[in-house]
Amino acid sequence: MAYILLRHRDIPGISRFDVYQKNGGFDAFNQVVTGMKPEAVTDLVKTSGLRGRGGAGFPTGMKWSFMDNKNWPHYVVANADESEPGTFKDREIMEKNPFQFLEGVAISSFAVGANAAYIYLRGEFAQVASFLDARIADMEKAGFLGEKLFGTDYSLKIYTHLGAGAYICGEETALLESMEGKRGQPRLRPPFPPSFGLFGKPTVVNNVETFTNLPMIFSKGADWYKSLGTPDSAGVKLFSLSGRVNKPGNYELPFGTTFRQLIYEHGGGVINDRPVKAIMPAGASSSFIKVDDKTLDTPMDYDSVRTLGADLGSASVIVIDDTVSIEWVVSKTVEFFKHESCGKCTPCREGTYWMFHLLERMEAGEDVDANTRLLLSVAKQMQNKCLCALGEFATMAVVTGIERFPADFTASGIGGQHG
Amino acid sequence: MSLMEKYPQEVKQILAKYPPEQKRSAVLPLLYLAQRQEGYATRPAMQEIADTLEITITDVASIIGFYTLFHDEKAGKYRMQVCTDLPCALRGADQFLQELCQNLRVEVGQTTEDGLVTIEAVKCLAGCDRAPMFQLQSADGIVYHENMTVDKTLELITALRKSGKEVK
Repeated sequence: MAYILLRHRDIPGISRFDVYQKNGGFDAFNQVVTGMKPEAVTDLVKTSGLRGRGGAGFPTGMKWSFMDNKNWPHYVVANADESEPGTFKDREIMEKNPFQFLEGVAISSFAVGANAAYIYLRGEFAQVASFLDARIADMEKAGFLGEKLFGTDYSLKIYTHLGAGAYICGEETALLESMEGKRGQPRLRPPFPPSFGLFGKPTVVNNVETFTNLPMIFSKGADWYKSLGTPDSAGVKLFSLSGRVNKPGNYELPFGTTFRQLIYEHGGGVINDRPVKAIMPAGASSSFIKVDDKTLDTPMDYDSVRTLGADLGSASVIVIDDTVSIEWVVSKTVEFFKHESCGKCTPCREGTYWMFHLLERMEAGEDVDANTRLLLSVAKQMQNKCLCALGEFATMAVVTGIERFPADFTASGIGGQHG
Repeated sequence: MSLMEKYPQEVKQILAKYPPEQKRSAVLPLLYLAQRQEGYATRPAMQEIADTLEITITDVASIIGFYTLFHDEKAGKYRMQVCTDLPCALRGADQFLQELCQNLRVEVGQTTEDGLVTIEAVKCLAGCDRAPMFQLQSADGIVYHENMTVDKTLELITALRKSGKEVK
């Protein structure tokens, strides 16, 4: 099947303006601006079944329809903060197929009546931002961005904005705070961004991959898109495959592809042919899936992964083989969240600190059973009490690791080989 | 020399990205500009940014403290920031960092004797499929180096040492 998102793998040079345009580029944006009402654009996205690709899987068209039309101006913000350990898909899109992403941002902006859109990139993507700036300039020169587009009254500017190293800024309200020049700390919600977003104005925040789907949905139709994937998870997804596999990388596959197909057919199997012990399907924020033959045949879509006691999230699939101690994996994830906790709410700030401290105690040989019980208790006390998802995510690997792999939280099971 | 004197064009372009009444949004980009001179934000630069954006120097300092890519003290000319997060660690990043430090005779967080490279361990850089990997942060910006080995990294450091006559 031809690529829908990673089209650079089919069409060399598509990151160049002329090549993108020759391959149907900007036709969708033109057709939308000159021939459709904004509400019709949103309706078509609803019909396509597109769900947000940043992790939450919220229906994209529905999010757009929440925009408060009594409060103006409206903004569109692309979340290109990609910082979840195990996720590296948005970077490939922006580096290799940038115009399709930018066209998606433009379509979305028209749909919600925004005349300015910002792309918030993590600070480490400084080179990607410069690369996008040059492409935005190409579009302006060709008259696809700027004033009175395609002879209509619609105007649009797109800007890049660099973050500066903070995972929490992937949380949409923290991202907006950061864009406003403040520390990236989440806001109390509601209100949600479609009523109170950037500069207090209605704002749509979507993930890079979500935007990149849009041009093809408008070129080929909502029904075509819906025919891909599964009934609850329409379309294709980028799976970032990492960990103990022979061929880590991004794989564009329809929702419903099984873990076995991803790991063995696409990912070249496990290093040294070891058995898969566990899978984290949503990066460091994941619950552990305990793997046996049956789980490997589970289709990767939002509903099916939930039956395994985990979430598909942003589909950053980390593969863990039987040489790795789950306790060690947990200590890595907890260290990450401890570092990235923004410090605003107490359960997360203190909880991540204590979880890390308890794991250190265990690794130093202090009473493993007692400290494991305490660790589980701290994690469970954090759950449902944090201001944003970061604190909740920090507990996922801890709780499911201890419950699903108890042998790895014993004196002989902790620490151990990795990599 | 002030940022405005040194980079008048850039400052203007940065401020033009945001609505005039929201100029505080320019604090991150202006801090990047400030770091272009010394590799960290000096106190006069922080004060200038505060004055330009009509916020306090404490606000600016709190931003520097919050975000990992901003620094308020001098380090090596290059910060070599190795990702040791879970996906990279599953592909040998911890061992890579340890061997690199042994070869350079530094601990993580320390700078080589000639002041060229500070070795740091950092969180996920979105290069999980190309581990071991690191970013090189300097006054010139950030460059990724992926699919690295200790030997390749030592060669890179040698090349940086040769090219950077002004070091130390």
